[in-house]
Amino acid sequence: MLAMPKPISRADVAHVARLARLRLTDDELDQFTPQLAAVLAHAADVEALDVTGVIPTAHPLPLRNVVRVDVVRPSIDRAAVLAAAPNVQDGQFRVPSILAEES
Amino acid sequence: MTEVIEFQPGWELIVGLEVHCELATKTKMFCGCRNEFGHEPNTNVCPTCLGLPGSLPVVNGSAVEYAMRLGRALQCTVSPSVFARKNYFYPDMPKDYQVTQYDKPTNTAGKLELPDGSFVGITRAHLEEDTGKTSHQGGDGRIHGAESSLVDYNRAGVPLVEIVSEPDIRTADQAKAYVDELRKIVLALGVSDAKMEEGSMRVDANVSVRPVGEPEFRTRCEIKNINSIRSVGRAIEYEAKRHIALYDVGEKPTQETRHWDEEHGRTRAGRSKENSDDYRYFDEPDLVPLVPTADDIARIDAALPMLPASRRRRLAEITGAAAADVTLVVDRGHDDFVVSVVGVGADAKKTLTRVENDLPPDQPITLAPQSFAQLVIMETAGELTATQAKQVLAEMLENGGDPKAIAAAKGFEAMASGALEAVVDGIIAANPADWAEFVVADDKARKKLSGFFTGQVMKATQGQADGRAVAEVLARRAAR
Amino acid sequence: MTAGVAPTAVSIAAEVRGGTRSARSVVEEHLARIAEREPAIHAFNLVLRDEALAAADAVDAAVAAGDDPGPLAGVPVALKDNLCTRGIPTTCSSRILEGWRPPYDATVVERLRRSGAITIGKTNLDEFAMGSSTENSAFGPTRNPHDLTKVPGGSSGGSAAAVAANFAPLALGSDTGGSIRQPASLCGVVGVKPTYGVVSRYGLVAFASSLDQIGPFATTVHDAALLLEIIGGHDPLDSTSIPSPAPSLVDVLDRGVDGLRIGIIGELAGEGIAPDVLARLHEAANVLEKAGAIIDTATIPAAMYGLSAYYLIAPAEASSNLARYDGVRYGLRVDAPTTAEMNELSRTAGFGAEVKRRIMLGTYALSAGYYDSYYGKAQKVRTLIINDFAKAYEQFDLLLSPTSPTTAFALGAKTSDPLTMYLNDICTIPSNLAGQPAMSVPFGVGDDGMPVGVQLLAPLQGEPTMFRAAAVLEAAMKETSR
Repeated sequence: MLAMPKPISRADVAHVARLARLRLTDDELDQFTPQLAAVLAHAADVEALDVTGVIPTAHPLPLRNVVRVDVVRPSIDRAAVLAAAPNVQDGQFRVPSILAEES
Repeated sequence: MTEVIEFQPGWELIVGLEVHCELATKTKMFCGCRNEFGHEPNTNVCPTCLGLPGSLPVVNGSAVEYAMRLGRALQCTVSPSVFARKNYFYPDMPKDYQVTQYDKPTNTAGKLELPDGSFVGITRAHLEEDTGKTSHQGGDGRIHGAESSLVDYNRAGVPLVEIVSEPDIRTADQAKAYVDELRKIVLALGVSDAKMEEGSMRVDANVSVRPVGEPEFRTRCEIKNINSIRSVGRAIEYEAKRHIALYDVGEKPTQETRHWDEEHGRTRAGRSKENSDDYRYFDEPDLVPLVPTADDIARIDAALPMLPASRRRRLAEITGAAAADVTLVVDRGHDDFVVSVVGVGADAKKTLTRVENDLPPDQPITLAPQSFAQLVIMETAGELTATQAKQVLAEMLENGGDPKAIAAAKGFEAMASGALEAVVDGIIAANPADWAEFVVADDKARKKLSGFFTGQVMKATQGQADGRAVAEVLARRAAR
Repeated sequence: MTAGVAPTAVSIAAEVRGGTRSARSVVEEHLARIAEREPAIHAFNLVLRDEALAAADAVDAAVAAGDDPGPLAGVPVALKDNLCTRGIPTTCSSRILEGWRPPYDATVVERLRRSGAITIGKTNLDEFAMGSSTENSAFGPTRNPHDLTKVPGGSSGGSAAAVAANFAPLALGSDTGGSIRQPASLCGVVGVKPTYGVVSRYGLVAFASSLDQIGPFATTVHDAALLLEIIGGHDPLDSTSIPSPAPSLVDVLDRGVDGLRIGIIGELAGEGIAPDVLARLHEAANVLEKAGAIIDTATIPAAMYGLSAYYLIAPAEASSNLARYDGVRYGLRVDAPTTAEMNELSRTAGFGAEVKRRIMLGTYALSAGYYDSYYGKAQKVRTLIINDFAKAYEQFDLLLSPTSPTTAFALGAKTSDPLTMYLNDICTIPSNLAGQPAMSVPFGVGDDGMPVGVQLLAPLQGEPTMFRAAAVLEAAMKETSR
């Protein structure tokens, strides 16, 4: 049985925010850290349960082999697709520089 | 223990390859959008492959079928599989996660046989979805220094099989042979068009080196952006030399992703994607497991076409040639023809030679095996000389027709062996001094003189005599 | 005001189909009520006034032409604003999707249209359905029609309030951990979370994919049954859709509960539940017993751990589902020199605090080194809960519990402490983890005069039995209020 890891730290929260592409202010870090720690501490009550040999459930239904036939269905109109985009050029989605992004 | 192949004195090369093959299904992996190359940007898209809020994936049954077919062709175990999400941000990935197979892939533990008879282990061959395409503008058009990029999602969601090899490869040539062989298998199965230049087959190489005799693997680098089979070899050799040079000066390579720069013939450090190894995989909750039955697998096995390795083996057995020497004919797809021709009684070796040398290499064969066999039989029987056989074949390819009739029309009437002997005897009688010399000459000298006599016979028969038959008669007369 | 003043969906559809009432007059009547009370309640993110009137005219034209517009002819329906509606803004009450118009309809929206129903508006919710009070909306909270100082519950608070205020006789919500049942309970209406896979999720903006399920709100059990029959049934666009037709419910409503074995979940009927809520629960049990059911105590030991498992599994799936809001293809973009910064600034500006908390919680639970301790273990707890339910259903046909531990609380009372807010879901979460159906039926009021709901739970695809018991409870309530 696995022991619960050490409580989530301010640095952990900052790291997780980076992974999730969220930018937190110092105040937000101060606020979120104890809140997340409290939820995770509550989650630690599952410590009391013996889950040795229990098969994890990823999905509530025992469905198998759901596949579709390989037949083309109409795509959607490009104008409608691009109308929703914040920035468009030459029928494509335009984004700022992709590399040079290691912060 | 197999023999160690040294890459450079004292150093052994270790390579494992990851090959991505786009499957040639009609539609994408999880939606009904067309799976085709070369359309206007963002025209083959729908809510699902654009990752629009609320959209859901549904697995393409043909993609699963193709993946299992490839798995069985690589002698993999096909198992129940589960799709997983690989989470990371990148603008060419509409959901900012990729649906792939992680700890429960469709195919595991297979092997691929190279033309030289050696095997490379296959770790796994799993299904996943492709990303969209980004093109970079500003700077020099490369991702480095580009001011902005444009994203086209036509390719997003195209089904891929990723074939991961064991680190069994020890030379750059082996790596090239592996990719080449895999490409042939995929083409034979009809599951992908496997065009490296269009990106429907992409190769990443994991390269490391170690001192000969060291049991552990050393740090490896993953080389991406390799666009041809030739580059596979160049990139691996470059990278291995780079590692050795680092070790030689007491440094070590860093484990990283590098990009092959075709133009400058070198690898470059790629983006050091922050936290790139923390992909937070978990089972894709929008999809359910694939559980193939034993019947499904038996059905796939039964429908597998004959694969290149088996074709080479079959042809080698029939012709008595070495497996490596039949590769050309098998690669051209001419081996079935050889088998048919030999099946109706033609000499196997002669058939192989004629097919390999005298049939157009890039075209399917339209000749009837029976006609071709007839030609080979006539040649073998000495009814046609090699030169005549070629001329008859050219006529058959041009206008079709029966070899016997063509030979007759060309006046290539069989020179009966009696007639040939009479001509030879005439030549001997006309050149007694040369003949005396011939009879007592050693092998070397006799070879020279043989040319003289054969030339005389040819002149006398206007080229209709078979050179080999002439040599035989001369030898027989000399031995008397 | 109480639910039931306005006509039910069943009666409206009967009148419209029979030509005795126009769909336009039905829609106008509901629009008038919206005009009067919506400013105070804020049930809607968007009222589709012109579109609803046009749709009503089309229904009336069909009736005039002798066609049957369908079983929900002329019935106004309110849609939670996380259901995709073609060409109509779908915001999930988030800044990040403000102004986004989906190019397609959710399967349920399509089925409603084919049944003659009229979409009257898109209802407010906790941002991306994350919350239990509808206070986490980027567009301001919804208020409980029974007391404007109280919350309507959440996350489908707008849909629950819309039905409670008679803005529409029917509404759709989504339920990931109780987001239909809890607001139904707090607003005094019927709310149903169907068996996972009975209703297609295609076009429902995902929160936690293995838990999310669309379901009906209604003022009566009959209306809820009718709506579920219409939206349910297999959909090839959802791989997790059960490959069978929608359950037959309306036809079984009058079959009673005689002989049914019904268990009160012991773990959810004691500590942590308000006394007035517990009192209503036991009264409900008495009603069922009098109607012939055999009542006993059931035990679901792992239910206690449902909350812990849920608050790891749901955020984990959410962290992945919400990654796509990156400013590239749709929704909010905050410009920056690089794409990574643009992603980060857009998401930071577009998501509210609760969504950020859950994304971070889920990212953490899935991240290398913590997966086994958190996400992996939560999935095993999920198995234990399923096993406990399976054992209980060997003895019982249905289970009974409170829906919410308390009646509606005051706005702002729990916003500062996420964990306290999460505890609202203690009774509703186990059904989501198990994929099983459950519904909240109004059953009297608490000491504060606010509505109390009781929750009926059934095994997978046990909706028909569940609805029979709901009908018995509803009939007893009507008897009392007479």
